Amino acid sequence: MTGEAPFNEMYQGDALRPPYAGLDVWARDMPAELRSMKQHEAEALFRRIGITFAVYGEGGDPDRLIPFDMFPRVFSAAEWRRLERGIRQRAQALNAFLADIYARGEILRAGVIPAHLVHCNEAYEPAMAGFMPPRGVYSHIVGIDIVRTGPDDFFVLEDNCRTPSGVSYMLENRETYPALLKRTLDSLAPEKCEGAPRAVILTPGHFNSAYYEHSFLADMMGVELVEAADLFVEGDFVWIRTTEGPQRVDVIYRRIDDAFLDPLCFRPDSMLGVAGLMNVYRSGGVTICSAPGAGVADDKAIYCFVPEMVRFYLGEEPILANVPTWQCAKADDLAHVLEHLSELVVKEVHGSGGYGMLVGPQATRTQLEDFAAKLRADPANYIAQPTLALSTTPTFTEAGIAPRHVDLRPYCLVGERIELVPGGLTRVALKAGSLVVNSSQGGGVKDTWVLAE
Amino acid sequence: MLSRTAANLYWIGRNVERAEANARLLEVGARNALIPNTSGGFRNEWDAVLRASGTAADFAQRYGEPVQRNIETHLFFDLKNSSSVAACVERARENGRIVRTALTRQLWDALNTAHQEMREMARTERSRLSLSDMTDWAIHTVAQIRGAALATMLRNDAYDFLNIGGALERADSTARILDVKYFVLLPHLSFVGSGLDNYQWRTILRALSLERAFGWAYGGEITPQKIADFLILNRQSPRAILTSVETLTHHLDRLARGYGRSSPAQEAARALHAELAEARVEHVFEEGLHEFLSRMINALAAVADVVQRTYLSGEAR
Repeated sequence: MTGEAPFNEMYQGDALRPPYAGLDVWARDMPAELRSMKQHEAEALFRRIGITFAVYGEGGDPDRLIPFDMFPRVFSAAEWRRLERGIRQRAQALNAFLADIYARGEILRAGVIPAHLVHCNEAYEPAMAGFMPPRGVYSHIVGIDIVRTGPDDFFVLEDNCRTPSGVSYMLENRETYPALLKRTLDSLAPEKCEGAPRAVILTPGHFNSAYYEHSFLADMMGVELVEAADLFVEGDFVWIRTTEGPQRVDVIYRRIDDAFLDPLCFRPDSMLGVAGLMNVYRSGGVTICSAPGAGVADDKAIYCFVPEMVRFYLGEEPILANVPTWQCAKADDLAHVLEHLSELVVKEVHGSGGYGMLVGPQATRTQLEDFAAKLRADPANYIAQPTLALSTTPTFTEAGIAPRHVDLRPYCLVGERIELVPGGLTRVALKAGSLVVNSSQGGGVKDTWVLAE
Repeated sequence: MLSRTAANLYWIGRNVERAEANARLLEVGARNALIPNTSGGFRNEWDAVLRASGTAADFAQRYGEPVQRNIETHLFFDLKNSSSVAACVERARENGRIVRTALTRQLWDALNTAHQEMREMARTERSRLSLSDMTDWAIHTVAQIRGAALATMLRNDAYDFLNIGGALERADSTARILDVKYFVLLPHLSFVGSGLDNYQWRTILRALSLERAFGWAYGGEITPQKIADFLILNRQSPRAILTSVETLTHHLDRLARGYGRSSPAQEAARALHAELAEARVEHVFEEGLHEFLSRMINALAAVADVVQRTYLSGEAR
């Protein structure tokens, strides 16, 4: 897979792929000065609006700009139709799985997924056992990372079932997405809600790397952006502190981790969170999105079983395939991985954000040796995948337009209905040849367009 | 509105106003330092400025001698001095960032631009920055922030909290500037009414951009009575304590109307307003200017305290 040239989404050889016909003319006609002027304009706007993210553990500027590439990525309507069906199917299966494992655990009884992968999982939340959230939905915003290696070859790289970020970097869907999210949240009102539900966004605060996104969503949806200290529990409900006294909250879209939701339930030593929140939740006084414990489904060890979930719960064949994955917990797989380490990508089971991973072909010998030692020490903590030749799209670089590797993160909303905005976020590795698209590791973003028929 | 949102809006109001007050204080100091002959010489002038900013002890501990360059650093750039212009601008922007959804684009833009320009200035070599560049920048920037709020914000409770913070801070800073002038700059009564005295009063008016306005309102000779009247009791004067208290009362009344219930904050502000509306400048001098101003500063702090408890703490029921 590594030998051939990666799939270029705009050109096949010398031939222009049809979805890019309009852009080809645009890019050709644009004088270089105009382009660099526009790029500066875009950066100045990002800076002024404050579309920033912070990189943890590096010091430096806490308000770093997300690099934005003006050259959009384009899907034809037919390409998108197939992707969309696959994404909906997967989001549905992941939610069915979560509702199942906190209820009767049929999939575990049937032996399709080893029970220990679920019950011994750090993200498994015993407090949720036996509780069914409104509409049976655990993960309300499912981000599914997809890579492409050929015209019809799409693979799911990983699932994000907790609180995937990045929606604020989408430009094309800037207005549609928040409207859909609002509709989804409103459809999830708890049992005891009377009248129109009041939703809020719960943020860790303005020091959080995704704070811009939290405030963007609150603003676009017209809901309050609250911190834990703004909330309190009294009687059977959750309230916010306002200038006019307490007001009831029905739906909480939280952008904080499970562990910081309720010190009475999760971390008695924590000063953070809202004491008593989980009691109100379990008695139907408030809805928490995503539900605590939803993280079990996006674990990389569980990932291997998602195609099985689709078959088990939906009785369908998965439309989107997984990337072939070696589970280092298995002795045979581990042996294979150690032997081929320099060709593989190795990831931590619970890792995210591109941290703690090894890209074999780009690693030095010392890095490889160090990583092999880590693998032997704790094999169950790792999975490995082939180094995929991610597709490329044209990207503006210092030296002009050049192909760069991209992936795709669409956001699927699950409430009364399953909703999906066309496109999603395309992440791009800005360094030539690099395959790491995470913004914390030198990646940028592009807009994603889906053509009408 | 979330109490925390209200609190941050209120503090944007206060911080922005305080940034301007400190920039203007610096300007007063610089202008006064140009005349050599006051008692105690230039040191006295700068000392007065530090006292007015409420940071004299802090300054002495960190820098020692009040040399102009150090005072500029202290009052303008030093983030460790919580009332320096830079600290106020940074805090106002931080307050804004926390409550972005309650701000208009233009208001956020103005706060964010101020923060970026401030950083840029802090990186600039000091020999290339004159004091007037710095103070002019601060005054312009604050005008821009205020203008953005005035021109673009809905006239709702968010606007009220922003203005309540601003009005309290402005009343307080006028009281402090006046107090310093009378109590510290001129300890010897014999100076009162002398040419030198007049010059100093004039610099205060000029630093407040009120010299011409004063001329139009009173004409003729500058006397302490006229100045005190202008800066405390004259409704036409934009920085008079009475004017700020009127603004304060107005916004507290609007809040109470909008929320459909009267508040203790409203009562406290009204009582203060009633006293100032009745007062005459002779009464002020009978009580003693310093005594009167100290009482005002305390009364304003008391109102701020009630506002805090009523609206900003989240304890309202």
